[in-house]
Amino acid sequence: MPIATRETTDPVLDGWHPIAASGELSMGEQRRTRLLGEALDIEIDLLGNASVARATAPAEPLPTHDRYGYLWTCLGEPSIPLFEIPEVDEPGRRVLHAGTIGVHVSAPRAVENFLDMAHFPYVHTDILGVEPFTEVAEYDVHIDSINELWATDCVFWQPIAATTSTEGQMTDYEYRVPHPYCVILYKTSPIDDRKDVIALFCQPVDEERIEAHMFLCLLDASNSTAMIRDFQLTIFGQDKPILENQYPKRLPLDPRAETPIRADKVAISYRRWLSDQGVTYAVIPA
Amino acid sequence: MKLYDFVLSANCYKVRLLLGFLGVSYDSEVIDFHPGKEHKGEAFRLINPLGHIPVLDDDGYVLRDAHAILVYLASRYDPGRSWYPVTDPERLGSVAQWMAFADATASTASATRLHVNLGYDFDVDERRAAAHELFRVADEHLWFGERTGNDWFVPGPLPTLADVAVFPDVVLAEEGGIDLMDYPSLVRWTGRVKQIPGFSVMPGVFPFERA
Repeated sequence: MPIATRETTDPVLDGWHPIAASGELSMGEQRRTRLLGEALDIEIDLLGNASVARATAPAEPLPTHDRYGYLWTCLGEPSIPLFEIPEVDEPGRRVLHAGTIGVHVSAPRAVENFLDMAHFPYVHTDILGVEPFTEVAEYDVHIDSINELWATDCVFWQPIAATTSTEGQMTDYEYRVPHPYCVILYKTSPIDDRKDVIALFCQPVDEERIEAHMFLCLLDASNSTAMIRDFQLTIFGQDKPILENQYPKRLPLDPRAETPIRADKVAISYRRWLSDQGVTYAVIPA
Repeated sequence: MKLYDFVLSANCYKVRLLLGFLGVSYDSEVIDFHPGKEHKGEAFRLINPLGHIPVLDDDGYVLRDAHAILVYLASRYDPGRSWYPVTDPERLGSVAQWMAFADATASTASATRLHVNLGYDFDVDERRAAAHELFRVADEHLWFGERTGNDWFVPGPLPTLADVAVFPDVVLAEEGGIDLMDYPSLVRWTGRVKQIPGFSVMPGVFPFERA
């Protein structure tokens, strides 16, 4: 059921959601996409301006926002501002769209997998992890003053942490969840004191499907765009079958639904954070 | 040797698989197929005017089309002549038959995967139905093979290019929403392919695990 037809106070309705990578839209293009169970039409005029409308008769125009390399829209009242990623304006960084991949999974399941370090050695073997370095060390979770969820002081041994790696390293991770369906990762750069920024922006096509938009803001001046994208698409391609085999597809928010272990601390916090905000879309409410 | 390559491409994976089986080393020249569509750009069209990957460059000999590349590699680098059995006309004919079958899975099973993963505009229900028809035929063929002790698409003690050509579209089919549950012989065969020495994975394909 489309979210807009529900009796709801779900913040997902009033939030901004990505619906396309701006760089992939060309002048004069018309494209249909789906968001929260509804069909939307994107149109780019001959000056390159994007407009978005519900694919209804008559068409109902929707607000748009072009940020971080994506076109965003909102199906309700756009009362929740889009989160900030200040790093995009820092000198020496490369802001890049790594690709959009359709996945048969709910947005919160995809976010939760992105937050999980325990799977690195098994799913991203010899890249983001390797046996026997499988332990997830203790880390901290908190909610900040603007109600964003953070997991900090995470560390993990990684054979190839990034395209700029020349050797294995102990990688520091910070995860940030500023939006129910968007997650940002800050990780040690092999070549800079600052951190690489990697984000997953999920476009909730419906409750069990997403378009996964992969955003990068990297400290990497040397590798080609093709190589950087190859790295991210490899990682995401390895996650995809894992994501698609999770049942139920919607994320259960009841704390008793799935057995927690220590590595899941952030997952448990994420579920509670969704629950506390009243998110009902693409989850199984507690 | 250089392979113009994209990590999520089933057709590039075919070539990488055979290179692994043959133990031939190569360099990947990564093409930004998605999202950059580099294969459709002017620079790449000088390498392949059709705008397709993979393309192989073996010391200046440039060849396009995954199946053509398989034939070339097996003919040049497999002294035992088992992958492409040119000395046995009947088996060779069967290899060609199953390679043509793999062209059909590319335009059906592989197309549904491109639709789901990358948003390519196909009539996905129609392609899925056509893929199921092909998989039924392949499953039945392998089932009868298993009854007579044959592990591979083309009967004989060793796998051939037929197995290499068909494998990627089958093993990746679930990404396109094609459930393999109804094709147990096909599934068992993917397990056998995964145990061939030199086997390599790609994202979406898992190594062999004994049940």
